[in-house]
Amino acid sequence: MAVITYREALNRALREEMERDENVFLLGEEVGEYDGAYKVSKGLLDEFGEWRVRDTPIAENGFAGLGVGAAMVGLRPVVEFMTWNFALLAYDAIVNSAAKMYAMSGGQYNVPIVFRGPGGSALQLSAQHSQVPDPWYANIPGLKVCTPATPADALGLLKSAIRDDDPVVFVEGELLYNVKGEVPDGEHLVPIGVADVKRAGADVTIVTHAKMVHVALQAADILSKELEVEAEVIDLRCVRPLDTNTVIESVRKTNRAVVLEEGWPIAGIGAQVVDDIQREAFDALDAPVARVSGLDVPMHYARALEKLIVPSPETVIEAVKHVCYLD
Amino acid sequence: MATKVVMAQLSPTMEEGRLLEWKVQEGDRVEPSDILAEIETDKANMDIEALKGGVVRKIVVEAGATVPVGAIIGIIGEPDEDISALLAEAEASMSGTPPVEDAEAADEAPADEAPTEEPATPAAPEVAVEPAEAPVVPVVETDHSHVAESSVTGRIRVSPVARRMADQAGIDLGLIEGTGPGGRIVKDDVEQAIATGSAEPGTAAVPSPSVAASGVSSVAAASGPARLEAKDVELSMMRKAIASRLTQSIGPVPHFFLTSEIDMGRALDMRKEMNQRIAPEKVGVNDLLVKATAEALARHPDINASWAGDRIRHHASADIGIAVAVEDGLITPVLHEADRKGLLQIARETADLVARARERKLMPEEYQGATFSVSNLGMFDIDQFTAIINPPEAGILAVGSTIEKPVVVDGEVAVRRRMRVTMSCDHRVIDGASGARFLRTFRAMLENPLEMML
Repeated sequence: MAVITYREALNRALREEMERDENVFLLGEEVGEYDGAYKVSKGLLDEFGEWRVRDTPIAENGFAGLGVGAAMVGLRPVVEFMTWNFALLAYDAIVNSAAKMYAMSGGQYNVPIVFRGPGGSALQLSAQHSQVPDPWYANIPGLKVCTPATPADALGLLKSAIRDDDPVVFVEGELLYNVKGEVPDGEHLVPIGVADVKRAGADVTIVTHAKMVHVALQAADILSKELEVEAEVIDLRCVRPLDTNTVIESVRKTNRAVVLEEGWPIAGIGAQVVDDIQREAFDALDAPVARVSGLDVPMHYARALEKLIVPSPETVIEAVKHVCYLD
Repeated sequence: MATKVVMAQLSPTMEEGRLLEWKVQEGDRVEPSDILAEIETDKANMDIEALKGGVVRKIVVEAGATVPVGAIIGIIGEPDEDISALLAEAEASMSGTPPVEDAEAADEAPADEAPTEEPATPAAPEVAVEPAEAPVVPVVETDHSHVAESSVTGRIRVSPVARRMADQAGIDLGLIEGTGPGGRIVKDDVEQAIATGSAEPGTAAVPSPSVAASGVSSVAAASGPARLEAKDVELSMMRKAIASRLTQSIGPVPHFFLTSEIDMGRALDMRKEMNQRIAPEKVGVNDLLVKATAEALARHPDINASWAGDRIRHHASADIGIAVAVEDGLITPVLHEADRKGLLQIARETADLVARARERKLMPEEYQGATFSVSNLGMFDIDQFTAIINPPEAGILAVGSTIEKPVVVDGEVAVRRRMRVTMSCDHRVIDGASGARFLRTFRAMLENPLEMML
């Protein structure tokens, strides 16, 4: 077990998969000469050459569409967006081309492509550069959506995504690149669509994903120390397909749930999770399921307002107290 | 085609209705718009009409029973038609989810249990009769205030897991007090009930709602010898609605206040004369107040009562709580059966109770179980104040100082000794008029003290 950063884990996943399969190639803005805006592709140009690591013009819809075409004829492109905010320009290529091709061609063309890049708020990047894209893609049949929170999951999920025969939207955490964690030696694959219990507990289930996993774990520590409430933290890891079974199993044990996400509340990932819980675990509930999400406003630039908008351990604790009838 | 007659929703807030009277009998032929039955709702008594003609084949719900909106109350069809399927459906809609366990419960009208077990099947307003084959149309509930009312109109609020645990443990949810929002019974409450055994059948401190089937039932008085019995009065729809609305408005006990100014001259004169005769013993002003309160309660049993959730309990005796200030708070020793005690006995027992209250030497039964309280701040030169009711009592008298002041007597200004009392009333139990009648009696006794000696 080595301790590496989330960034290094992604770099390792790309390298291992490019070594394993010569059809895997990387394209995007500044992925080559500059080693990637967040240095995820560091060293890959030197190692694999310009045919496998392509710098592109600033034209997201163009290079995303190029990737879809390449995937249709047998290559396995990994398209990097500098951030997912810029991928809005490529929404048509992802949603209308990549996600639909298999069904619309009657199964003649599958599209084994990975779209990846950072999402979510960072520090004072304001309204246009702080968005959580997870629900925008989770809504689309034909896509898979991975949102790893730890180095080990980043490594294992990116490798699985590259090997998957369907288009995968891979949302990395902009604030997670420097997070360190243990990563298994040797080949490490994490199956797509399987949640992970990041912390076991008997009193309340916190269902979350991506960066909010760390917020939930902080909240769980405080809850344990100050209120003797043991929270079970479930990291969905992928928001499409959703691993409902792990969630339901946990709620049947704890009888209470808080669903946490960084994005906006309306039609968010949490809305779907709550729906699953109320249908599958109705008889297990002791309180209505609570949701914690980012506030329903565009992200503000001011530091104080940004702190207010993004969920914090404190807001999670409030919600947990509410479902445990402790407030 | 046979049709079912259902309990129609006759007002927007109606969740259940009491079948007051059937206007038809089994075997009667009815035409559309004939009146079938009279229903008591939370607002008024209304008729249910037949929408289709036919013969009344079966009366499912007997007069006097209360059933939720949507419940089948009767079946109309042709004389030779097979109605067994509808009968089965009617039976199913009546039986509650927890199995009936003891014989006592089995004897009760099943109609009374239905509201607590199953949400009412929504029925469109004004449709009293619907075709048997018609699918139940789901109604989207948009009025959320309606939901808040449900806990006091028969439906028990309980979290799903708490309901399941109670089912498995054979516990009657009606006997558990919910600690969640709006009185919701939550997992903790059921676990506690299982641990203490407090909600097992037969150990109830408060009678279960199902006991009300006979209308009025009796339970032994909680305090004192069992020579008299407390009387439970079943709640009318109006009483339920009043309780629900007023509780929402001002917390668990909806208070209102009545103030009266009493001429104390004759009472104080009488006391003076008495004290000369019984010296060195003496009767205090407070003893006069306790005596007058007890006598007035005896004449107004509807004031000597408690809200018991699904009924009002009229107490067997007037047990008067006397608020006594102690070093860091107050305690209310109880003068039990004050309505059967003379003034001197009241004075002696009260003096003893108050002395021991100040020494913190009261036994629990000496400060528990009051049915009404008196709080006197006259010695602090308070003209008038309002006191907070100590549940489950339904009222408390707040007594101010007796002061000499000019009042108009027979057209002339005269100086009189006047005392202001303010009665706090639990509006679920006491209405303005009934409270005022009590207070009028109380006042009359002090103004004509012979009244309370008789």
